[in-house]
Amino acid sequence: MGKILVNYEEIAAMVLFAIGFTTLVFNRNLVKKIIGMNIMDTAIYLFLASMGFIEGSGAPIIGQAESYVNPIPSGLVLTGIVVSVSVSAIMLALTVRLYKRYHTLNLDDIYMYAQREHE
Amino acid sequence: MNGLILDFPLFSIVLPLVGAVLCAAFRGRAAKAIYYTVSALTACAALCLVVFTLSEGEYFTRPMGHFPAPYGNEIRIGVLEALFALLSAAVPALCVFGAKKRLERDIDAKKINFYFVMLCLMQTALTALAYTNDLFTAYVFIEICTLTSCGLLMIRQIGRTTIAAIRYMIFNLLGSGFVLMGICMLYDLTGYLSMSYIKDAVASLSSGGEYTVPLTVASGLIIIGIGMKSGMFPFHFWMPDTYGYATTPSACILSGLVTKGYIFLLIKIIYRVIGTEVLASSGILRVVFIFGLAGMIFGSVSAIKEHNVNRMIAFSSAAQIGYIYMGIGIGTDAAMTAALFHMFTHALTKPLLFMASAGLSDASAGGAHFSELQGSAHRNKVAGVAFAVGALSMVGMPMFAGFISKLLFAFAAVGASGKTVVTLVVLAVSTLLNAIYFLRTAIRIYEPATLSSGNAGERIGITAYGQKGFTFACAVLILLNIVLGIHATPFTEMINTGLSMLG
Repeated sequence: MGKILVNYEEIAAMVLFAIGFTTLVFNRNLVKKIIGMNIMDTAIYLFLASMGFIEGSGAPIIGQAESYVNPIPSGLVLTGIVVSVSVSAIMLALTVRLYKRYHTLNLDDIYMYAQREHE
Repeated sequence: MNGLILDFPLFSIVLPLVGAVLCAAFRGRAAKAIYYTVSALTACAALCLVVFTLSEGEYFTRPMGHFPAPYGNEIRIGVLEALFALLSAAVPALCVFGAKKRLERDIDAKKINFYFVMLCLMQTALTALAYTNDLFTAYVFIEICTLTSCGLLMIRQIGRTTIAAIRYMIFNLLGSGFVLMGICMLYDLTGYLSMSYIKDAVASLSSGGEYTVPLTVASGLIIIGIGMKSGMFPFHFWMPDTYGYATTPSACILSGLVTKGYIFLLIKIIYRVIGTEVLASSGILRVVFIFGLAGMIFGSVSAIKEHNVNRMIAFSSAAQIGYIYMGIGIGTDAAMTAALFHMFTHALTKPLLFMASAGLSDASAGGAHFSELQGSAHRNKVAGVAFAVGALSMVGMPMFAGFISKLLFAFAAVGASGKTVVTLVVLAVSTLLNAIYFLRTAIRIYEPATLSSGNAGERIGITAYGQKGFTFACAVLILLNIVLGIHATPFTEMINTGLSMLG
């Protein structure tokens, strides 16, 4: 129990990861899928950011504090955010294209229309 | 001279990037010329690196930036990395050259330079995936690879490719999420992102019995994530749509190289990051082994049920990826050699099959259904021969590369205690299933066309245009297949040397 209280940020990150993951897999609405993907990515950044900070340590600048926080995790989070922005952009572009063609956001309906179109 | 060669890896990562920018600025023919130049130069550089690392007998590292390894980024090159870079430079160019007719049919002429932009970026990503010695850099290039491959897929603007692209992206994003989570966990456990340093930290953690569960979870997440991206058995459902509807060069590249890039990274991670001993004690390899076996059977069964030749080849890809994962799952060095050999074989054979099937369907008024393909090998002889060679190689006929990889898998299975019988039985069954669908198709295309098939005796859609390039590309791939099939020993020795440099 004590461990859970201490590591509540990581627990929250894992719960968010699971929520995002299930939304991405099981939700049939394309926009909600993209939201799920973003939640999943954000959960990873929360995990990294919370793991990267040590209580009581200062900013990584010489002369500011006795002990410093490693700056790399924050750098990784920033890189990850850039990557997930570009991925979201491409997913949204695909969604727009599909909506223009099939006038729905439901993936099952889109499959059905495409099947009919093919025949 | 040696000093210059050490800078070749960086050069072959940066040059395609520059090429991509130039391709975006120029149009049509100029962009194509730029792409061919870039890929020829990088292929030469990779070839030099193969020869160099073989003659030196050991890998070399180059720091990227001003700081040495654990804090700064670095690249590390051995024989296998250079071989993979050679493949990822040469094969896409060959596919584009061979199937340019399809390229011009499927893509708007005004947008064709973007196709070359994507190809250049993809080459950067694949080369960097092979060379990098840093896990987070690997993740970034995985994402670049995903995005560019999605671009290659959806540049053919029909509804089916857009749906295929969204499906492809969903599986890939799940996979990337898992990989990133695994990388972050490993970073938290060890404090390093540099692959070689993580290995030492992991080894000391595991020998001390600390953090066994998080370590298993992290390596499991990475393996499953990469498995999703490369089409391991339960996650292969994006394959048929993606390969079946993409324009032919894209299908060749996606099936031949992109999935292999991820698998190559996985093998690198197994050897260089987690370590085979640690992984063997965790039981994850057993899961990979079972998924691989299941993929071999189910991929082939789905391929048998298919009536569209492109989708059939796509399902056969799922089966072949199953072979590779089975090799990884066995876990011995011999099995890994077999898996790598099969990876290279498949990267040479699948593009051949996709190009041949495009040639055959061009000779049948554009149809890809079996009934329409009847007799098409007589209408397009080169495509017929190419398809036959590719099919025989995938079935595992002696004289072709596919036979050697099956042989290596069988030898590896004999050396692996507890997995021998299962592997051999599944290998035999899968070969039989492969033979059913590939030989059925090969026989169908050589049957004389009947009057009822609608295009009997007519040479519909066959023009001389693009046929020379097609013949050249097919001839090169067929030749490589036969050379690998007859004279495989130097190549397997090369893989063995590379494998010892990988760890």
